[in-house]
Amino acid sequence: MNIQEFLTIFISAVFVYNVILSRFLGLCSFIAISKETKPALAMSSAVMFVIVMSSAITWFVYRFLLLPFNLTYLRTISFILVIATFVQLVEMVIRKLSPQLYRAFGIYLPLITVNCAVLGVAVLNIDMFFVNGKVLVGSFYYSVFQGVCVGLGYTLAMLLMSGIRERLELCNVPKALKDFPLAFIIASILSLSFMGFNGFKV
Amino acid sequence: MRNLIKEFTKGIIKENPTFVLALGLCPTLAVSVSVANAIGMGIAATFVLLGSSLIISLVRDFIPEKIRIPCYIVIIATFVTIAELCMKAYSPALDRSLGIYVPLIVVNCIVLGRAEAFACKNNIARSFFDGLGMGVGFTLALILISAIREFLGSGQILGYALVKGFEPIFVFGMPSGALLVIGLLLGLFNLLKGRKV
Repeated sequence: MNIQEFLTIFISAVFVYNVILSRFLGLCSFIAISKETKPALAMSSAVMFVIVMSSAITWFVYRFLLLPFNLTYLRTISFILVIATFVQLVEMVIRKLSPQLYRAFGIYLPLITVNCAVLGVAVLNIDMFFVNGKVLVGSFYYSVFQGVCVGLGYTLAMLLMSGIRERLELCNVPKALKDFPLAFIIASILSLSFMGFNGFKV
Repeated sequence: MRNLIKEFTKGIIKENPTFVLALGLCPTLAVSVSVANAIGMGIAATFVLLGSSLIISLVRDFIPEKIRIPCYIVIIATFVTIAELCMKAYSPALDRSLGIYVPLIVVNCIVLGRAEAFACKNNIARSFFDGLGMGVGFTLALILISAIREFLGSGQILGYALVKGFEPIFVFGMPSGALLVIGLLLGLFNLLKGRKV
């Protein structure tokens, strides 16, 4: 466990393998909610919080429940259940503690359950930091850190996209390309520019 | 019987999950690098759709309204696990190239969307055909996108070179090519739809 590992995780999760632009996780919310900057930011922060927490929780579930009892084939079911329950719990807690924040998150919070980025990161952590059923040293810190970085990558892509789309509102675009098709084409160009980070080695 | 056929065919063109409903785009983009991947993914997703539609329409009267979504997710995740294990056992190469996108079928909006919109309100036969139609529609859309990408990106389809001396455009094999292809295809569908009206 050293600084270099963390730096590699950071660069690869935020830039090289950006969740949205290169791994295509969480694309639905990316296209649907990136019309304006404010909701995009609210969504990103909610997603980031859930990703980080669920990375930690799924690590514990995998390490102390699934691995010792040879239940690794239940990974998908248990992870999605844990994530769904956690999101529900967060929703209830936030509603009770801070109605203001609850209103800011709005419908985005329950939507996160079916955001593939959350489950994707959980599965990715297991694939990367548990080799052949053995735990890598410091894998818990790596998992949580990867969660943070993926969240940052999500926020970055979301901010770029919503900024561009806000500008596009004023432009005259072909009717057939309006909204979704154009959003995909913009995402394609963004992804092309992110490809520049390929081969970037630490 | 005619009704059942209608349930089946609507998923293919009129309510195509990818192009018309714009659901389940994440796996569509990620696995459409080659036609072989697309077919594998399509079969797995169709299996999950069929199984979960069937079971959900069977138990729809017993599930309390409030906790229906978690129940659906557990049922769907069970079928995804079955598909995942079968794929690992019978075609490990395909499993490796699809990677994390196989477990991610759980959060594919098509599956949950059909459960919520159709299977929980309709009887078994209709849900079965609806699931089958959606699955086939999804598979066809995947094959279309991947055929375009594989041809432009590597000059071949399923490993066979189609045009001699074709210079591959590598960007179509990359993530940004996937986004471009789907954006233009969605635009094309909009154009065709607009012309009909």
